[in-house]
Amino acid sequence: MGLGLKTFPTLAAAGEALAASATARYLGGGTLVVRSANEGDVRFDTYVTASEQALTDITVADGRATIGAGVTMARIVREPALGFLAPVAKAVGGAAIRNMATVGGNLFAPVPYGDFAVALLALDANLDIDGQPVAASTFLAGRDTTHARALVRSVSFALPVDGTFKFAKASRIRPKGVSVVTIAAVVEERAGTISSARIAYGCMADRPIRAPAVEMALVGKARTAEGIAAALAVATEGTTPPTDAIASAWYRSEVLPVHLKRLLLSA
Amino acid sequence: MKKVPVQFTLNGEDKAEFVESGATLLKALREKIGDTSVKAGCQQGTCGSCAVIVDGELRLSCLTLAERCDGAAIETTGGLAHGEVLHPLQRAFNEGFATQCGFCTPGMIMAAKALLDGNPQPSREDVVEAISGNICRCTGYEPIIQAILAAARANSLSAA
Ligand SMILES: Cc1cc2nc3c(=O)[nH]c(=O)nc-3n(C[C@H](O)[C@H](O)[C@H](O)COP(=O)(O)OP(=O)(O)OC[C@H]3O[C@@H](n4cnc5c(N)ncnc54)[C@H](O)[C@@H]3O)c2cc1C
Repeated sequence: MGLGLKTFPTLAAAGEALAASATARYLGGGTLVVRSANEGDVRFDTYVTASEQALTDITVADGRATIGAGVTMARIVREPALGFLAPVAKAVGGAAIRNMATVGGNLFAPVPYGDFAVALLALDANLDIDGQPVAASTFLAGRDTTHARALVRSVSFALPVDGTFKFAKASRIRPKGVSVVTIAAVVEERAGTISSARIAYGCMADRPIRAPAVEMALVGKARTAEGIAAALAVATEGTTPPTDAIASAWYRSEVLPVHLKRLLLSA
Repeated sequence: MKKVPVQFTLNGEDKAEFVESGATLLKALREKIGDTSVKAGCQQGTCGSCAVIVDGELRLSCLTLAERCDGAAIETTGGLAHGEVLHPLQRAFNEGFATQCGFCTPGMIMAAKALLDGNPQPSREDVVEAISGNICRCTGYEPIIQAILAAARANSLSAA
């Protein structure tokens, strides 16, 4: 069956079109939506997209970054001011996927995808939805309900202090593969102890999640093997990892503390 | 389904076609234009056999809508040879036995071309990374990696 494409000059107009038709689907880079159509998904018959400039803008100023939802992973890799995010964007698919995959689409990507969204969660990013800031954590929690038809214009976050952002993705295929587990962290230290920690996981639930027990156990400790031991002991708390073709839930739970330890102790 | 006009250049030649709204670039290239050098593999974005270059960037034509390529410059393996003279990448694949069943070859070559266009002297790691979205079930990849490195060397010799 053929699908129609409707392109609107603004995201608001695209939103109206989506609201008017339950069988319309917003199209970002299309790596998931067009794939669904190719696989015979008949739940939608129209692609809706927008050409608004803000969707492809990147602004880095006054210690904050704002990235349009239509910015691709390849663009992020090329953006010098977002160098710390290059390893995250590079972890998404192969070269062709990165030229197409957008930040907005990654927020909606089902497990085992969503590596960039994991980083956004650790960065405590806000999403611009209808001109309102919505915390990435709130958005992800309501992704299938409150925010299921929400359109994201951009994401923004405070730039992390140099060296505090850490990212790791474990996969079974080299050099690229779908995630077994993805971890992003922003860990700040003062006078030899951890003063704040935000830890986010991918593939440890049906969507990216924060790890509050780990975060609490890290604060006030030294970033050493002994210092992080209590945090590693609660690494899997609150997780409900999936079993899929890549890994079983059991395997994910077993390897998570290993990867978390390596990440936290990395330079 | 509504038909929409689409114009682009394909390997430097102007093309104009009516395609079904929402049709993929893969479908438009193979079924409308007749460029069967672009292969329809998994159509899930996983195998890379449909990879083409759109405005200098590697894309998966199975996941790209033809309408979104209006005004673009599209390159496919079908446009690489000049008459009987093969492109250095085609020659290197041929000479290095980097092609067996051949189904992945057009996508591999376009992934390699996108790499060499931006990075004429890639390292082995660069090559592995560049073809990491393309699957080959025959060669075990090593002859492909060697062929791309050989084509890069040949390019640098001819440029010298
Ligand atoms: C072969 C292959 C490998 C992949 N590898 C990875 C990987 O390693 N890591 C990873 O994270 N992902 C991976 N993906 C998944 C996907 O490519 C990425 O998650 C990508 O970022 C999705 O973005 P998109 O623009 O292509 O989304 P689309 O397919 O355009 O959209 C996906 C969903 O998001 C919605 N959406 C898109 N933009 C917006 C917006 N601005 N506002 C509201 N809703 C929106 C769409 O309606 C749709 O429901 C892979 C996919 C393929 C096919």
